[in-house]
Amino acid sequence: MKFGVVVFPGSNCDHDAYHAIGEVLGQPVTWLWHASEDLQGVDAVILPGGFSYGDYLRTGAIARFSPVMRAVERFARAGGLVLGICNGFQILLEAGLLPGAMLRNAGLRFVCRPVYLRVETTNTPFTLAAHPGQVLRVPIAHSEGNYYCDAETLRRLEREDRIVFRYATADGRVTPEANPNGSLANIAGICSEGRNVLGMMPHPERAVEPALGSSDGLVVLRSMVAALARAGAA
Amino acid sequence: MLNTEIKITADVAAQHGLSPEEFARIRQILGRDPNLTELGIFSVMWSEHCSYKSSKIHLRRLPTHGPHVLQGPGENAGVVDIGDGLAAVFKIESHNHPSFVEPFQGAATGVGGILRDIFTMGARPIAVLDSLRFGPLQPTSPTERSPEELARNRRILDGVVSGIAFYGNCFGVPTVGGEVQFEPCYSSNPLVNVLALGIARHEKLFFARARGTGNPVIYVGAKTGRDGIHGASLLASAEFSEESQAKRPNVQVGDPFLEKLLLEACLEAMRTGAIVAIQDMGAAGLTCSTCEMASRGGTGIEIELARVPQREAGMTPYEIMLSESQERMLLVAEAGREQQVLDIFAKWGLDAVVIGRVTDDGLLRVLDRGRVVAEVPAKALAEQCPVYDRPRQPPPPRTGESLFAFSADANAEPARWTEQFRRLLAEPAVASKRWIFEQYDYMVRTNTLVGPGAGDAAVVRVKGTPRALALATDGNGRWCWLDPFVGAQHAVAEAARNVACTGARPIAATNCLNFGNPEKPEIMWQFARAVDGIAVACEALGVPITGGNVSFYNETLGRPIYPTPILGVLGLLDNAAHALQSGFRQAGDAILLLDGGSQPAPQSVSAETLRREFSSSLYAKTLAGVVAGTPPPADLEAEKRLIALLVALAREELLHSAHDLSDGGLAVAVAESCFAGEPPLGAEIQLPGPHSLPLEFALFNERGARAVVSCAEPALARVFALARQYQVTAHELGRTGGATFRVQRNGTTVVEAPVESLREVWATALECALRSR
Repeated sequence: MKFGVVVFPGSNCDHDAYHAIGEVLGQPVTWLWHASEDLQGVDAVILPGGFSYGDYLRTGAIARFSPVMRAVERFARAGGLVLGICNGFQILLEAGLLPGAMLRNAGLRFVCRPVYLRVETTNTPFTLAAHPGQVLRVPIAHSEGNYYCDAETLRRLEREDRIVFRYATADGRVTPEANPNGSLANIAGICSEGRNVLGMMPHPERAVEPALGSSDGLVVLRSMVAALARAGAA
Repeated sequence: MLNTEIKITADVAAQHGLSPEEFARIRQILGRDPNLTELGIFSVMWSEHCSYKSSKIHLRRLPTHGPHVLQGPGENAGVVDIGDGLAAVFKIESHNHPSFVEPFQGAATGVGGILRDIFTMGARPIAVLDSLRFGPLQPTSPTERSPEELARNRRILDGVVSGIAFYGNCFGVPTVGGEVQFEPCYSSNPLVNVLALGIARHEKLFFARARGTGNPVIYVGAKTGRDGIHGASLLASAEFSEESQAKRPNVQVGDPFLEKLLLEACLEAMRTGAIVAIQDMGAAGLTCSTCEMASRGGTGIEIELARVPQREAGMTPYEIMLSESQERMLLVAEAGREQQVLDIFAKWGLDAVVIGRVTDDGLLRVLDRGRVVAEVPAKALAEQCPVYDRPRQPPPPRTGESLFAFSADANAEPARWTEQFRRLLAEPAVASKRWIFEQYDYMVRTNTLVGPGAGDAAVVRVKGTPRALALATDGNGRWCWLDPFVGAQHAVAEAARNVACTGARPIAATNCLNFGNPEKPEIMWQFARAVDGIAVACEALGVPITGGNVSFYNETLGRPIYPTPILGVLGLLDNAAHALQSGFRQAGDAILLLDGGSQPAPQSVSAETLRREFSSSLYAKTLAGVVAGTPPPADLEAEKRLIALLVALAREELLHSAHDLSDGGLAVAVAESCFAGEPPLGAEIQLPGPHSLPLEFALFNERGARAVVSCAEPALARVFALARQYQVTAHELGRTGGATFRVQRNGTTVVEAPVESLREVWATALECALRSR
């Protein structure tokens, strides 16, 4: 199996994702350049955090038009695993691969801090190694992570069990105080209808070694590895 | 062209900030009158900011050599060996004046400038620290402040923090630490000093030395506009008046996205081996980069301005040469390989143009559509600015100042001392800086082992090695104002001590010297004394200065800032797993005070001397409005012993935490160690003797060479043994645990409160101060 990390101009968590997969998990990983539609036969694509195209216009608004995103959209619609982290999540929203939009954080400021996430469903390739209700300590770092969608979309996300992570307290309670950015229903991550595309604002790739304060993010990456193994990716 | 035909007189030179003597020297160098473009070029290169003409003779006294130093001052940044064939590239720089005129862009471009200095040398930036100084946020701090002043100070702080976050977060470098202080003198002249650290392999380091006649000179990055013209000479090299807001057009505007592309493209181009030399265009832009590269390389450079990418039409040679547009680099490539270099920049969507070539005539020659518009000897421009030994004079003795008065019979009033203690914890200088550092991405690149607020210094690991680097910045302007020689020693000692508290061995330093107008003898005296203090402390502690920056003219309406040397100290941890944080880790641990001091014990000192010393403390300033006396004596041998002990203790993995004593002394240090936990850990401690000392002194004095550490019970014996071996006194103060913070003296409780209530005060004070109206 092989992972691909997309490099947009302005991506700055690409090295971190690459390190987490290549060095920490020991899985094959390659760079995918934004100007190319060639996904190099990867089994999973990571859209990393950062400021693609300087976040000009709107976060992710320009990145979605890049050549690599045409390939990623085809890959996703064909069932390929796509994980969008932070700016990657914003790009997935702009690309229409996930529903909803991002607003400025409720506090109108960039927020970098470790937060707690409750795993809302283990029925995704990104959380199958977690147990339901498991609480993960994973950092956030963004100024536009205030997730919003209309009421119908929210009902549908809930009905279809597509809310993957919610901001919670350390003991797993979903409270307003635990919400760092004002996201609707404390949503930190959602998946696509086909469950193969996950967008999340927190950074699992920053929580992969105890020395960094947490290795809870590994469960997301390990789930992907397990899902790919199960699907028989060589 | 019209502007080159203006008759250049001494008056025109004076308008450019050049003295009659300097103008005469220019005419002598050229053997003729300069034209306007040439005058502009000289004026920026010979500005205080670029030439160091007032500071040079003093800076020579700083120690710059040591076993780790690969490159001392004189390049874009200092370089030290950190083992495994790797080098740490680091430097601190100021962006004070722009940050006052336009806080957001001023601070943002301050970050951008120092980052370019680092990656210009081939090093990828891995950490940034910020040393910030603002005017007070509190209405009485220490004397009554007007609501207008407070509102402005809040606005400046907000703008500066947002600007740093804007630039660093987008660029993708973690802002991992630094410090913030508040004094009235910074109300009209805030300080924004930014330190950046990068890593490179020794053999992959790049230098700014233009070599090889005929090699192409390539311009890369943003187009040149009319922004920032005379930023270095007019903004950074003159005092502020009431009209300083009119200088806003002299502030540059930053684009961190462009700089990120520049970083990646430069590092990729460097890997090809086709780059001979490279320098960023910071202060004095194209002028500085061309003449410095030629001067260092012993060559000349010829450029054609018509080829320079320009943002707007009709720019004159003068404007193009003096523009300080951001995110630009100048590089020299190997002849014949220019296309390879240009292709890489094209891949990253950046402008890259061959604008000239290296020559062998030693001249900076500027052409405009083939016509020579400036021709100046590069070396003379870069290195032959007059150097001044400006007059120095100590200020008159501060007679009749009122000193802090210790309370009599203090032990009986725990409620009162607890309240005073709360007020100290709420002082913005002491309070948690979370409101600031959470706006910075301090984790990107996943190297941050000890982030902001977690330890005395920031610690970042070096991937691919077992090592980590620790960095701290420090500088106490109030103490330097009271005594620049002693205050500057403390700045070095505290930064080194902070680094050692994480377990790292201090190996090198960088400094940013923020002072008033050097043409005033008292300012020059402060500067010279501070340099002497830094020199003796760096020498004693084995941390040579590898680079830095001097910022003079920090005055508004004739009122100078406190002399504020900021020291950044770099430390090396051979084993990253040994990195220590400052917070207590578990209940039941022993709390110890390590004191390296052999100076006369406080009880043998006269009451008057104690009063003088304590009058310089943050407690005296905050609770009594007293800023007077003298800083505590600097004891560098004691610092050295303590540092060696801290490193040894960390290496044997004996400690659970280490935190140095600084603002607010012992009581604050222990409390801060309590606050780190979630929930906070209580502590009960006994103040060490002698009990004849005034209680305020015992709780809050700010003598150096001390640290509060914690360890598990079984490690105690070994900790004491090592302390003896390193000749450091170890006082066992008490134990961690419980929900109460209690300080006793001689069996009597003097401070007592639920630790959570104290933490609440400390954790929210800064935000409260910023939100107050």
